[in-house]
Amino acid sequence: MGLAKRIIPCLDVDAGRVVKGVKFVEIRDAGDPVEIARRYNQEGADEITFLDITASSDERETMVHVVEQVASEVFIPLTVGGGIRTVEDVRRMLMAGADKVAINTAAVFNPGFVREAADRFGSQCIVVAIDAKRVNGEGEPPRWEIFTHGGRKATGIDAVEWARRMADYGAGEILLTSMDRDGTKIGFDNRLNRAVAEAVPIPLIASGGVGNLQHLVEGITEGGADAVLAASIFHFGEYSVGEAKRYMAEHGIEVRQ
Amino acid sequence: MNQKIAVLDYGMGNLRSVSKAIEQVAPGAEVRVTDDHDWIRRADRVVFPGQGAARDCMAAIGRHHLNQAIREAVEEKPFLGICMGLQVLMEFSEENEGTELLGILPGRVIRFSGEMPGGRGLPLKIPHMGWSRVEQARPHPLWEGIEDGSRFYFVHSYHVAPEDEGLVAGVTEYGVRFASALARDNLFAVQFHPEKSADAGLRLLENFVRWMP
Repeated sequence: MGLAKRIIPCLDVDAGRVVKGVKFVEIRDAGDPVEIARRYNQEGADEITFLDITASSDERETMVHVVEQVASEVFIPLTVGGGIRTVEDVRRMLMAGADKVAINTAAVFNPGFVREAADRFGSQCIVVAIDAKRVNGEGEPPRWEIFTHGGRKATGIDAVEWARRMADYGAGEILLTSMDRDGTKIGFDNRLNRAVAEAVPIPLIASGGVGNLQHLVEGITEGGADAVLAASIFHFGEYSVGEAKRYMAEHGIEVRQ
Repeated sequence: MNQKIAVLDYGMGNLRSVSKAIEQVAPGAEVRVTDDHDWIRRADRVVFPGQGAARDCMAAIGRHHLNQAIREAVEEKPFLGICMGLQVLMEFSEENEGTELLGILPGRVIRFSGEMPGGRGLPLKIPHMGWSRVEQARPHPLWEGIEDGSRFYFVHSYHVAPEDEGLVAGVTEYGVRFASALARDNLFAVQFHPEKSADAGLRLLENFVRWMP
């Protein structure tokens, strides 16, 4: 088909600094988003996602400056998520140099916001982030519901239905995180990924649970994802993005090299 | 004399990445994001980016009175269209129930079909988003130093279908084979985003700022 599957490193940023530590050799400042973005770009990352986890609203503006700096010297697509609640938030991030924004909680409380943002700025820059948790009982067919506030609040909304609705509202992409797998390093929930990939006509980014390179492959082959997002396996120097791409290519997946 | 490069601003999206990428490959050049006709006339080169829907783009070009400036630039100086800046050069788009375009290049803009198979048992995803290969349909100064078949970053749901095959400078496959770069005289226009295509994209921009058609 010719379209490369994408590898997207994700960085958590708090008050302008990368947290959860990034361990690269020869990096001067492991907390500097610009330096880390530059490094991932050199390694061949296809995009970079920044998740703003800043709690204090006073420091929200800091993320705008981070995006401005990164966009001035790293020429691959940049996505910013976390705290995007209004059309004005979207506009500010895009003007700062973000290519896409990821909308999560705000979409649940006001689905019309996704439609409004997509109409105003185009679907191509609106990613809807979904945090899903498995809720079926043992022996029942799998079912997932979406959670908000970083996975802390249940909503009772079916995740697959929600993804379909967000695509109808104009989302250009779905960033799907399995709350069950996030941080476990045991691999994606590929039944969840496959269910959403089959339900929506837009690209799917799989997230949550990556512990090794085989997991990335499975997200594509079993989960049907168009892109795989990972944080810790890249940050802690376990694998480089380049190694991940070579591994995926060896396993028959088309990647940009 | 430092050259002047105008990045046409008609309010359709963020042009910061485009201007920063050009500054990166053209140190010393004066790069200005502008809708000022006099400045565009004096510029040595013109970059015409764009995003969003066809009808909105055409309306914005009208509002900024850029129609004439675009036509003049296409006739006179190195001109690079990017994404919607390629599509609106054509005559007509299927988007928004049909939209008349600038009609500078003969041909239409059509939508990808979501009925096409996309692999792994799933239909083709639309928009076409990500890194695809660009086959160089013919040699061109803007391809210099870029390996044939290099990947560039695309985001779009519509693609151009030029009437004249002779205009095609690059071809990409996504469900169908479509023209991803067109060239005529001092005009070069691409569907992908060179400003987001890492080294290959920067090289294309560098080739553009040095191009003497």
